[in-house]
Amino acid sequence: MSLYKLSVNDRDIICESGETVLDACLRENIDIPYGCRQGACQSCMVRSLQGPPPLAAQDGLKEVLRHQNHFLACLCYPQQDMAISISPPAEFFTEATVIEKTLLNAETLQLTLQCKDTMDYYAGQFVNLKRADGLSRSYSIANNRLHANKLSFHIRRLAGGRFSEWAHQELNVGDKLEVSDPQGLCYYLPTSQENNLLLIGTGSALAPLAGIVSEALHHGHKGAIHLFHGSREMDGLYWLEEMQDLASQYPNFHYTPCISRGDAPDGVAKGRANDVAMTLLPSLKGWRLYLCGHPDMVRQTKRQAFLHGAALQDIHADAFHVASATLD
Amino acid sequence: MSETTATLYEQLGGEAAVNAAVDIFYRKVLSDHRINRFFDNTDMDKQAAKQKSFLTMAFGGPNNYSGADMRQAHAHLVKKLGLDDSHFDAVVEDLAATLQELNVPQELINQVAAIAESTRNDVLDR
Ligand SMILES: Cc1cc2nc3c(=O)[nH]c(=O)nc-3n(C[C@H](O)[C@H](O)[C@H](O)COP(=O)(O)OP(=O)(O)OC[C@H]3O[C@@H](n4cnc5c(N)ncnc54)[C@H](O)[C@@H]3O)c2cc1C
Ligand code: FES
Repeated sequence: MSLYKLSVNDRDIICESGETVLDACLRENIDIPYGCRQGACQSCMVRSLQGPPPLAAQDGLKEVLRHQNHFLACLCYPQQDMAISISPPAEFFTEATVIEKTLLNAETLQLTLQCKDTMDYYAGQFVNLKRADGLSRSYSIANNRLHANKLSFHIRRLAGGRFSEWAHQELNVGDKLEVSDPQGLCYYLPTSQENNLLLIGTGSALAPLAGIVSEALHHGHKGAIHLFHGSREMDGLYWLEEMQDLASQYPNFHYTPCISRGDAPDGVAKGRANDVAMTLLPSLKGWRLYLCGHPDMVRQTKRQAFLHGAALQDIHADAFHVASATLD
Repeated sequence: MSETTATLYEQLGGEAAVNAAVDIFYRKVLSDHRINRFFDNTDMDKQAAKQKSFLTMAFGGPNNYSGADMRQAHAHLVKKLGLDDSHFDAVVEDLAATLQELNVPQELINQVAAIAESTRNDVLDR
């Protein structure tokens, strides 16, 4: 007979043999969401805090979720004592100093921070930046893992935007900010090096995608890497030369800037980034996708990509709402 | 049936078969102009999980679907978007086409269709 101890939030309970983590919690009146009890609906997803959970309990989860030791409570028969978290873990903040401010285009600021602690993140994740009065907003990390003490961000200025306007106009080199632990599941893992990658983003959503591209190239990713960056007009794009240089340096990296309005100059495609991508790449079977930007674009592209053959668990997305005149 | 006879779910290949089918089935449903408007604003991941529970049920596998759940889940589609028999037929058709694509013998396809059919009145809330 095997009885294991489960530490759930701040309680210890016993999981009896033949009993799942979900059943044990429910028996002890621990409130845990669930639906199907058979590993399909994923509503009972929790996270192991002491090493990987039993493999079978991660069936059907995205690789990044598995990597972070998330598992389905209804599929989990413990094989040892476990500590699990039901609610998302509390956020931790570290102090950082602004070391650089440059404009990437008329409305996008590249902000570079030197963090006091080394940050353990994956290219493509985001952090919450918090200023002294507590106002905090999410921004994607624009660099790769090699710069573990330095983080850079692309912050689009929104008229009337409380954080972005402040960052553009009042935040200065030498000022301090609080930076949360990195979060999010839209990131690159150097597994499946043979897979082709498709990255699509609009406006400042180039930030996480550029980080992912740089990380993938650094790891010598073998599959093709296609980046589509879109904006309504030319002045919403940035890093054209940087990306073109990268593309001429790495034969497997392909970069397509796209604008949806007006005449497109040479080397720039006409149309929305997601539509251009789907036209150029009709079959996405076995591809891994990263989609960042406006929630509507992300939702629509997810569907397009799925219908073009991509598996849902290979589609990673961070939707963030950035209202802007040059974004489409 | 003797105890050793495999259930329909097992004969079809159990969970692996559901996983193979859900991808093909969901693509068919989303590309089917007769019914895809019912899925316009859904979260793809959540909807895929629902398709998986639906197929598990249709294959006669372990499931928690009850008539009441079926009614509740579809009631707003019936009321607001006019879900009716023609849409139900389209789903059953897409399901059969999915299984044909997976080379499932016709006799098993008929059994799956019969299970799906048994939910018709609950889904259409009558
Ligand atoms: C996961 C994630 C990653 C992100 N990554 C990035 C990134 O890399 N780069 C980036 O630029 N952004 C990113 N964002 C968006 C970012 O977090 C902020 O939402 C954005 O910068 C706006 O914040 P703000 O404080 O400037 O605007 P807010 O003050 O929150 O205002 C938001 C919008 O409302 C409008 N508004 C404000 N007040 C009013 C009012 N009184 N009446 C009418 N309209 C009003 C503003 O003009 C603005 O358009 C990300 C978001 C998420 C969730
Ligand atoms: S309850 Fe549905 S996946 Fe666990």
